[in-house]
Amino acid sequence: MSAVEQPAPVGAIVAAHDLKRVYDLRRGLFGAPALVRAVNGATFSVTAGETLAIVGESGCGKSTLARLLTMIETPSEGRLSIDGIEAGEADRAARRRLRTTVQIVFQNPYASLNPRQKIGSILEEPLVINTALRPAERRAKALEMLRAVGLRPEHYGRYPHMFSGGQRQRIAIARALMLEPKILVLDEPVSALDVSIQAQILNLLTDLQQRFGLTYVFISHDLSVVRLFCDRVMVMYLGRPVEIASVEEVFARPRHPYTQALLSATPVADPERKGQRIRLEGEVPSPFNPPSGCVFHPRCRFADARCRTEVPPMQRFGATETACHGVEEGRVP
Amino acid sequence: MALLEIRNLSVEFDTTSGPFRAVDGVDLTVDPREVVAIVGESGSGKSVAMLALMGLLPDGATVTADRLTFEGEDLQRMPARQRRQVIGRDVSMIFQDPIASLNPCFTAGFQIGEVLQAHLGLGRRQRRERTLELLRLVGMPEPERRIDAFPHQLSGGMSQRVLIAMAIACRPKLLIADEPTTALDVTIQAQILDLLLQLRDETGMALVLITHDMGVVAETAERVVVQYAGQQVERQSVRGLFRAPHHPYTHALLAALPERAEGGRLPAIPGVVPGQGDRPAGCLFNPRCARADALCRSVAPPRLEPALGEALCHHPVREPLA
Repeated sequence: MSAVEQPAPVGAIVAAHDLKRVYDLRRGLFGAPALVRAVNGATFSVTAGETLAIVGESGCGKSTLARLLTMIETPSEGRLSIDGIEAGEADRAARRRLRTTVQIVFQNPYASLNPRQKIGSILEEPLVINTALRPAERRAKALEMLRAVGLRPEHYGRYPHMFSGGQRQRIAIARALMLEPKILVLDEPVSALDVSIQAQILNLLTDLQQRFGLTYVFISHDLSVVRLFCDRVMVMYLGRPVEIASVEEVFARPRHPYTQALLSATPVADPERKGQRIRLEGEVPSPFNPPSGCVFHPRCRFADARCRTEVPPMQRFGATETACHGVEEGRVP
Repeated sequence: MALLEIRNLSVEFDTTSGPFRAVDGVDLTVDPREVVAIVGESGSGKSVAMLALMGLLPDGATVTADRLTFEGEDLQRMPARQRRQVIGRDVSMIFQDPIASLNPCFTAGFQIGEVLQAHLGLGRRQRRERTLELLRLVGMPEPERRIDAFPHQLSGGMSQRVLIAMAIACRPKLLIADEPTTALDVTIQAQILDLLLQLRDETGMALVLITHDMGVVAETAERVVVQYAGQQVERQSVRGLFRAPHHPYTHALLAALPERAEGGRLPAIPGVVPGQGDRPAGCLFNPRCARADALCRSVAPPRLEPALGEALCHHPVREPLA
């Protein structure tokens, strides 16, 4: 085992080093400072063309991470480089270019489309803002993209309310692809959809990735979708990554006790499966006042005195990176 | 005698564009201690059928049933006052969004106490004692502190525990749980499902679980009803359904589960659930069905025998899943 080496590996299109985002939620002018460390030190990289899953429960910082990657928010600390450009130090022109490189698809397609805009103008708006294309060229591109996501040309002049949830998510995906981005951040793209529609959208995303050579950052809490759809997984808990490994490795040999519990809590559609359940006690602690040491220790079966005081660093064990004293000392099976 | 018996329940809503049949000829029998799951996608009428039983539908809804009995008593003929005593005491319900189901103006303890006052007529001190006991029973952390907490001070999992405490306050014989864990994280979902099954074991209540999650069905229920566009398309034991689904919709739904998929592509079901304006003639699933023929497009399908999952289908799947 060895401490994880920096800088980022070759071929990484996204490289984050000790990335942090802190919100100051002080109440009133004289209130005590209340800091929420939504992302509290994330180091990871994404290789061009792969799909990285970011997995965790509410409050783990996965959506904040999405906002950092898409530059909706700026990091409080740490470094983030996207497509070779340092996002924190980039000038206006470079930031502008980066914004077209990374695009996002949100969870709820009922909220992410403007109900007063026709589909055509939803799709053309990124082109109006970021390119100097003529109206006819924009229209041609929008129609081409409609076809690419499995919609028909006559949908161009319709409003969002005329579409089902699955079709709306297709529109949101089309909009994200209009500027020919290299990276697509997918924030729970299928969790608001019915099972039979989920499959359609996941297949579409697979096709688009191959056709346009996209890199995906796939944020999800549904492990069965992650297993099928992603190459690597980063598991987060209370603002920190706790385990990073390939999908095969995570599902075959989960190392961190939290990853083990998360896998075993996910219901499996097989009534004949017998297995001992790891049941986590309690709930995710408040990010206002995170526990000392390893943030997972109050819910961990293997925690000891060292876990309660000392923050575990990310370390490599075989093909997995994980942050756990118990794994390092061999206390965790 | 069955605890709950529903025969040919239909619900129709008056809408500006004409009547809409949200639930179409639903049957359900639930025995004491039984866990029955109702699965379906959004718009399949799975919640509406149970809301009709509870009498919670708005005025624009017309509910008809050949038989609607609880412990042998006819709920349709029962005077409203008597019905209100049964509903909420012997039959209770919890809902999908626990935070929206609680009144933000009152403490958790007060809202649980309301049930005890309305149905059991307990005094103030007894109410508080029983409320604390209930909070402990549902595994609420620090019940003495949380009894006086307002809903905004509780997490989603804790709010769902308050709702469960409220629902089991009068020791119901039947609990209807409408997507009880959909809004919760997986580790909390596992805790809540364990709690519901443990309450079933301890009190002998029956459980009707409405869900869209096949994993939850497989892990908690004994029998399952699959609904599509207001109709029950298949009724089977859970083991039977996951081994050999007979209706093409159930078959396709199980095949489309990410965890059952092999290779990179999912066998998706094309199209969407038909809405009010575009319900097809014949079998409601025919536009999305790989087995559909001219018969399916014109004639409503028959109800098949139990060996074929009581499927509502002209051409059921006879081979078990690989």
